[in-house]
Amino acid sequence: MKEIAEGSLLYLDNVHRAFDGFKAINGLSLVLAPGEMRAIIGPNGAGKTTMMDIITGKTKPDTGDVIFEGKVDLTRHDEAEIANMGIGRKFQKPTVFESHTVADNLELALRARRGPFATLLHQTTKAEFDRIDEILETIRLTARRDWLAANLSHGQKQWLEIGMLLAQEPRLLLVDEPVAGMTDDETAETAALLRRIAKTQSVVVVEHDMTFVRELGVKVTVLHEGSVLAEGSLDAVSSNPKVIEVYLGR
Amino acid sequence: MITQFLLGGLDRRVNVVLALILAVAVVVPVLHLALPPDNPFHVPNYAMALFGKYLCYALLALSLDLVWGYCGILSLGHGAFFALGGYAMGMYLMRQIGPRGVYGDPILPDFMVFLNYKELPWFWYGFDMFWFAALMVVLVPGALAFVFGWFAFRSRVTGVYLSIITQAMTYALLLAFFRNDMGLGGNNGLTDFKDILGFPVQAPGTRAALFAATALALALCFWICSAVTRSKLGKVLVAVRDAESRTRFIGYRVENYKLFVWVLSAMMAGVAGALYVPQIGIINPSEFDPANSIEAVIWVAVGGRGTLLGPIVGAILVNFGKTWFTSALPELWLFALGALFVVVTLFLPKGVVGTVRQFWRERSERKAVAVAPIKPNPEPEPAE
Repeated sequence: MKEIAEGSLLYLDNVHRAFDGFKAINGLSLVLAPGEMRAIIGPNGAGKTTMMDIITGKTKPDTGDVIFEGKVDLTRHDEAEIANMGIGRKFQKPTVFESHTVADNLELALRARRGPFATLLHQTTKAEFDRIDEILETIRLTARRDWLAANLSHGQKQWLEIGMLLAQEPRLLLVDEPVAGMTDDETAETAALLRRIAKTQSVVVVEHDMTFVRELGVKVTVLHEGSVLAEGSLDAVSSNPKVIEVYLGR
Repeated sequence: MITQFLLGGLDRRVNVVLALILAVAVVVPVLHLALPPDNPFHVPNYAMALFGKYLCYALLALSLDLVWGYCGILSLGHGAFFALGGYAMGMYLMRQIGPRGVYGDPILPDFMVFLNYKELPWFWYGFDMFWFAALMVVLVPGALAFVFGWFAFRSRVTGVYLSIITQAMTYALLLAFFRNDMGLGGNNGLTDFKDILGFPVQAPGTRAALFAATALALALCFWICSAVTRSKLGKVLVAVRDAESRTRFIGYRVENYKLFVWVLSAMMAGVAGALYVPQIGIINPSEFDPANSIEAVIWVAVGGRGTLLGPIVGAILVNFGKTWFTSALPELWLFALGALFVVVTLFLPKGVVGTVRQFWRERSERKAVAVAPIKPNPEPEPAE
């Protein structure tokens, strides 16, 4: 099985995870190629968030392989190590550091040495300031640079969190419901932003919003009861009778 | 690099506080030594010890605020680190007594002669030297904090569970130090000190010097705390306080950050305890009492957690109140302390300093708005 993992960016094979007997993930297999953008959809309780937890080290699978870049076994590492390998995550509920300014939020996320002594003596360099400005430009928060993150609107917090992901310069971005609570305009802009990011990095987006998924225009994986139900273009999966049954049959 | 780091901790507000503390370090001892006792500005003996005690408590509160206010670790056992620093200093002072004890043994302190010790226990070696004792004042609390924190933070014990085990830690030490077999004076503790660095501890000059040393230590720790909290590390600490798991997911090993600040804080608490003992003249196991640690939490809450000036103000205010109450209305003190905590929690959640600071900030913002009305934002605002 391991040979298939080679050349892939992320490789999940037959992953199982139960919580008190409830099979949250039940034989999930998924392969993501380098540079690919993938949308993951599925009804509530399909295991989308648990899958993200397993990839980022928050939850350990009971059985199964989770391999990054064809060689690293992610089940052996914790959240901080996995983040430093280049897997960034945006949460469903926007979580930014509310008592820090927008710029400080980005500075904390910037790729740099993460040890306590390194940060104790750290002096912010010109290059880092420039990078922060660049990201602020991308996420359209330049005017909010010195605002406390707590005072941002919901949509702005979502963008700040995406900006923090960019600052980490990850090779793989896991984005959980990025447009929840956004207006249509914001949703369209977020889709454009993610497409731009996907040119250089691999992205996995979990989303309920079908208009948004259509706008992304990428391969879709449908999860149901902890495993993959269907995979393909959005049109193909939405005409799949099994998918229709899961979404509409109940 | 270190200088740059320390200079990063300075700004106008910090400089003002540092200057104030240093002024206290000079003025109070001068008023004590230079003025005749009948002068109204003369600071009497008992007041020197009292003010010195307040400053030690202020340093303890500062160290507690560093972990609680900036990293969200509510320690209900910081008194343990304070007491350990105090014991290290107490052991040095005991060894300075020499043959002047009641039993006149040149090596063994009185309580050991009384308990039929034949020779000095191994852990008392070295405490006849001041530099060794001074080192132990920071190393012993630091080592305990390191071991405790290593296990607690690695196992991701947080919140109220962590608070409870810090409380258990200080209680366990209280029971241990009560035992005579511990070799540290049992429930009587260490007392009857004579000299420190060759100067008699009770002499006015020594008292003045100890007071000045305490104020200097407070100023130095304030400066270090300021530099730490303004560094990038300080920002990570606040990030841990506000969203611990988010901090992990951007790649910071939260347990290492907590361990760093926890050990640093324990060392500062140890220094506070070490300066407390020669001014009070005794150290006994009651310093490990969990109630002491909880009182320290109240000082920080009253002054304002998450500000560095707050704990200093809070410790001095509350202890001043305690001194007044316990002499004027002794039976009401505990009620007053309880009421104070309730009032602060309900009406001043940011504490005295935090509330004043917020008031000034809002005032200056209102002024700024009055002077220059906000320009219409050129960018479309995303909806709430």
